[in-house]
Amino acid sequence: MLGKLTWQAIPFDQPIPLFAGAVVVLGIVAVLAWVVLKGYLPYLWREWITSVDHKRIGVMYCLLAMVMLLRGFMDALMMRSQQALAFHAAGYLPPDHYDQIFSAHGTIMIFFVAMPFMIGLMNYVVPLQLGVRDVAFPTLNSVAFWLTAAGALLVNISLVVGEFARTGWLPFPPLSELRYSPGVGVDYYLWSIQISGIGTLIGGINILTTILKTRAPGMRYMRMPVFCWTALAANLLIVAAFPILTATLAMLLLDRYLDFHFFTNTAGGNMMMFVNLIWAWGHPEVYILILPAFGVFSEVVSTFSGKPLFGYRSMVAATMAICLLSFMVWLHHFFTMGAGGDVNGFFGVATMIIAVPTGVKIFNWLFTMYRGRVRFETPMLWAIGFMVTFVIGGMTGVLLAVPPADFMLHNSLFLVAHFHNVIIGGVLFGAFAGYTFWFPKAFGFKLDERLGKAAFWCWLVGFYVAFMPLYVLGLEGMTRRLQHYDEPQWHPWLLVAAAGALIILCGIVLQVVQLRVSIRSRHRRTDATGDVWDGRNLEWATPSPPPLFNFAVMPNVKGEEPYWGIKSKAREAMRLSAEPAYEPIEVPRNSPTGFITAFFAVVVGFALIWHIWWMVILGLIGAYATFVVFAWRDVAEQIIPREEVARIDRANRAARALALEESPT
Amino acid sequence: MMRADSLVSIRSRVLCSSTLVLAGAVLSGCAGGVLDPAGPVGAGDRIILLDALAIMLAIVVPTIVCTLLFAWRYRATNRRAAYSPQWAYSGRLELLVWAIPAFVVLFLGGIAWVGSHDLDPAKPLASRQVPLEVDVVSLDWKWLFIYPAQHIASINRLVVPAGTPVHFRLTSATVMNVFFVPRLGSEIYTMNGMITELYLEADRPGSYLGLGAHFSGDGFSDMSFDTQAVSSGEFSQWVAAARTQGPVLDEAAYRTLLRQSSHVPPCTYRAVVPGLFEAIASQRLPPGQGPGVTRLERHTTATKEG
Amino acid sequence: MSAPTTALRMPPGAVVLDRPAEALLEGVDAPGHGEGGPASKRIVVGFGFWVFILSDIVMFSAFFAAHAVLGGATAGGPGAAQLFDLRNVAIETALLLLSSFCCGMASLAVEQRRELFTQLALAATGLLGLGFLLLEIHEFADLVARGAGPSRSAFLSSFFALVGCHGAHVTAGLLWLGTMMAQFRAKGFRPDIRRRYLCFSLFWHALDIIWVAIFTLVYLIGVRT
Repeated sequence: MLGKLTWQAIPFDQPIPLFAGAVVVLGIVAVLAWVVLKGYLPYLWREWITSVDHKRIGVMYCLLAMVMLLRGFMDALMMRSQQALAFHAAGYLPPDHYDQIFSAHGTIMIFFVAMPFMIGLMNYVVPLQLGVRDVAFPTLNSVAFWLTAAGALLVNISLVVGEFARTGWLPFPPLSELRYSPGVGVDYYLWSIQISGIGTLIGGINILTTILKTRAPGMRYMRMPVFCWTALAANLLIVAAFPILTATLAMLLLDRYLDFHFFTNTAGGNMMMFVNLIWAWGHPEVYILILPAFGVFSEVVSTFSGKPLFGYRSMVAATMAICLLSFMVWLHHFFTMGAGGDVNGFFGVATMIIAVPTGVKIFNWLFTMYRGRVRFETPMLWAIGFMVTFVIGGMTGVLLAVPPADFMLHNSLFLVAHFHNVIIGGVLFGAFAGYTFWFPKAFGFKLDERLGKAAFWCWLVGFYVAFMPLYVLGLEGMTRRLQHYDEPQWHPWLLVAAAGALIILCGIVLQVVQLRVSIRSRHRRTDATGDVWDGRNLEWATPSPPPLFNFAVMPNVKGEEPYWGIKSKAREAMRLSAEPAYEPIEVPRNSPTGFITAFFAVVVGFALIWHIWWMVILGLIGAYATFVVFAWRDVAEQIIPREEVARIDRANRAARALALEESPT
Repeated sequence: MMRADSLVSIRSRVLCSSTLVLAGAVLSGCAGGVLDPAGPVGAGDRIILLDALAIMLAIVVPTIVCTLLFAWRYRATNRRAAYSPQWAYSGRLELLVWAIPAFVVLFLGGIAWVGSHDLDPAKPLASRQVPLEVDVVSLDWKWLFIYPAQHIASINRLVVPAGTPVHFRLTSATVMNVFFVPRLGSEIYTMNGMITELYLEADRPGSYLGLGAHFSGDGFSDMSFDTQAVSSGEFSQWVAAARTQGPVLDEAAYRTLLRQSSHVPPCTYRAVVPGLFEAIASQRLPPGQGPGVTRLERHTTATKEG
Repeated sequence: MSAPTTALRMPPGAVVLDRPAEALLEGVDAPGHGEGGPASKRIVVGFGFWVFILSDIVMFSAFFAAHAVLGGATAGGPGAAQLFDLRNVAIETALLLLSSFCCGMASLAVEQRRELFTQLALAATGLLGLGFLLLEIHEFADLVARGAGPSRSAFLSSFFALVGCHGAHVTAGLLWLGTMMAQFRAKGFRPDIRRRYLCFSLFWHALDIIWVAIFTLVYLIGVRT
């Protein structure tokens, strides 16, 4: 009746996952109870869950990412503490737990922290920067978000019901085939990534169409902010690379479910093909992560240096070069597979070539600061921390790109240190910079600065203390994913690394406290005008938070940094531009389609994992029915009346006029 | 509000200490690692790594210094510094900014190309000695070393004569793995149904750590093995001793090995059926069967029996 | 369902932003699509769907690549020459191409707002597509019965996956087609229904193109090697 699912699936006999699972379940129940009892549910349903507004969806993506960061970081703490303890000892995590933990750590951090964070920032900011009212396909945007959340939910269900994959974050065969991983763990991984992968692809198509086909009048390509260019490149990569992931994981699913032989040991399967296909996706994936972060830094560095970004055209060229080249380097992930001097040499050189546009970007940020007026608010601290940290990570990446060096360092902790260096120093610092930078825009008040800076320093110091020892360990020959070891010289470094993880924990705690404190004392730091950092691009032309329709009148863009141009004119004339002629605005209606689709996705995914075939069929029918019900909708839009538009805009204009009067000449 | 100067001093302290840690580790040639090679392959890999590091540091250190310098000098509270709010383009700087990374990459690319060929794992080492043949099979979760010319085999202990190149042919009996002796040099994958090749040599006698370097399942952490480089006299003695004791590695014994097990103590086989490695690599002897039952099923049985 | 409506209910004087009104472009530097302001809904929807089709082609490419790699991995079992019935493939191809032709006819009928012709052309599209699918299912069943199912070898795995993936897309397309026929019946030729039909016909024609690639690379060339 319930396929492979039995009561044994719940880890009653294993204290650690049982405890962790109980904490999570109780926490969720507590939050839900609080929401329902306080009467917030109708508000949440109407304003957030069924919202198709890119701003709301962007916030939800970032919220998902931050919650999953806590989960992934718990995994990290467990890994670091296990390795600190397990010298000539078994530690406290038996191998099959430890294996699930490091697999879950990587999977969650890449797919459910880094991706949603970047996608959330792009969702929020790109339409505002382009001067338009929403993304190209608002309801599909909601579907994309909720499918991502569905994938995240499935991964977390594996903590309580069943087990997770024990193969690492990329399930290499033959280990991930049914013969060597007969449990449900790999299936949890595969279905959750497939479901969220569909979401990511839909989101990619959405933002790509938005950037290419819906921009404000006058917004030529070479007038777009660099953040939009990096979003364009990242979404091109999503559309081109994610289908490869879908296909490859589908092949593994066919092997596991229907006894196909794509990657099996026997009957002609080819495990090397998996490695090639997965990294053909995997390398563009890391550029999908880093390019939006580069875009965030371009915005932050120029705003907080009080200067336009240096070398705009170079930055655009560098971005598109990275986009193209990222497809030509995938073999550097497995130089040690014995492809021979020619192949290894080609991919080594190609990988180094990609370092050129990256270096160009760093230099251009440097020259943006040069002869600027640098303000050290929290977003800028993250940016400077990034510039220092990322070049070290990039350097070790170039070192690994030299095949003979990689022959000694492949799969070692040196590699682990490198990719954490670039992902934390690049992607995560970029996420935090974007979060602190655009938070006032999204919510109408600034975050507490002191706590923000303290969190930054904890993260920065903690990162170095946690990961520099890993470089040393890699050079000392330690490989990754060891549950225990007997080499005495490795032990002290692992203790230091564990201490670093605790320092990072302080940083995270400070960030959580910062959010709570900032919300409670928000009246002290309100953003009255909508332009709290003296911003340069169009998102700062709207009130904070922006109304549903973003702009009362779509701007007519006359040059680069259009908002800076408008603001400079207003400052010179000491007067705002003329009040525009207000018209009623058509906006899309909210829809529960996304949420309901995701519900059925979770049902279908769970049923597939546990082989509950009747539930699969019912779930698919439900998903199709949702599609039909949505397609039958007659009224897709609603009108915001002219008076409402005028009222909102006039209030903001009044605040800005006041600020203009009070500003020092 | 933090004062800008204390900001920079803390920052420079963090940077200094981390650079010192890294440099110290690198320069001390930390014993037991890839920076302390005991053979020509490792030495070749190491030189290329250090050369590439030096070239990159020449770019990276000035970049980091400039970052902190510019941030400090052009801080908003420093009114003495020039402020050029319109300056956002300079053709000459652009040329420099593209040229510097391009030249460095050109240089490093050359090193990468030449190094990839010179140090290709399958490239025989220049030596007056005839290479010793060792066939390697990675199992769950132990290593099998077959010496085809000496007709013996060893589990979890690799004994080689110092000063003689060793030609490895490698395969896996089950899942993917990587053969790695950090102090001797390059890693290479092992894959079922395929043979990969590696040449290594130990310059001098010594005992070196060997390990599996690609996650292969629950017993992965136990895939470390002992590599002993000995004088050629001692090597012959070891071979002779191995031929007098221990079981025979025939197909039945191999099938026992195929079952999943960890913590296997080193032992030797006094004889090996000819063609065993080829039979494993060609899958005439089928690959291992994995755990056979799921972890949940195992737990259920254990709790029922317990 | 309710009678078909052709326009949204709106207060008088409202501006429908389905196409950028000329008045909005006053003073704009660069009139035209993209930088002349957001493009019309039809263009945006069509473009977005094209991007989806390109991404789907990338997915198929991965399966094609797998088939290229695994083409010779027959594990001692039957290969393409022993298994494929090219006459059957020719009939399948004819059915699918005719189905695309009928889809094109339906597009013309939609342009001309002719209800009956639209439904007939769509029904023909669906029946021909169904015929293709039934022949393909029969081919698969036959192969499995002969012991040449996907578990036999990696070559057969990649064959079943690639051709099966295309078949799965055709199945989904037929479901979509049925929904479209019902939508035309219930709501008439409303702009949003016509935009959806544009997407469907793009999808259907793209499946044709992929089939051409399949029967060339998998069947025709496969049988020769």
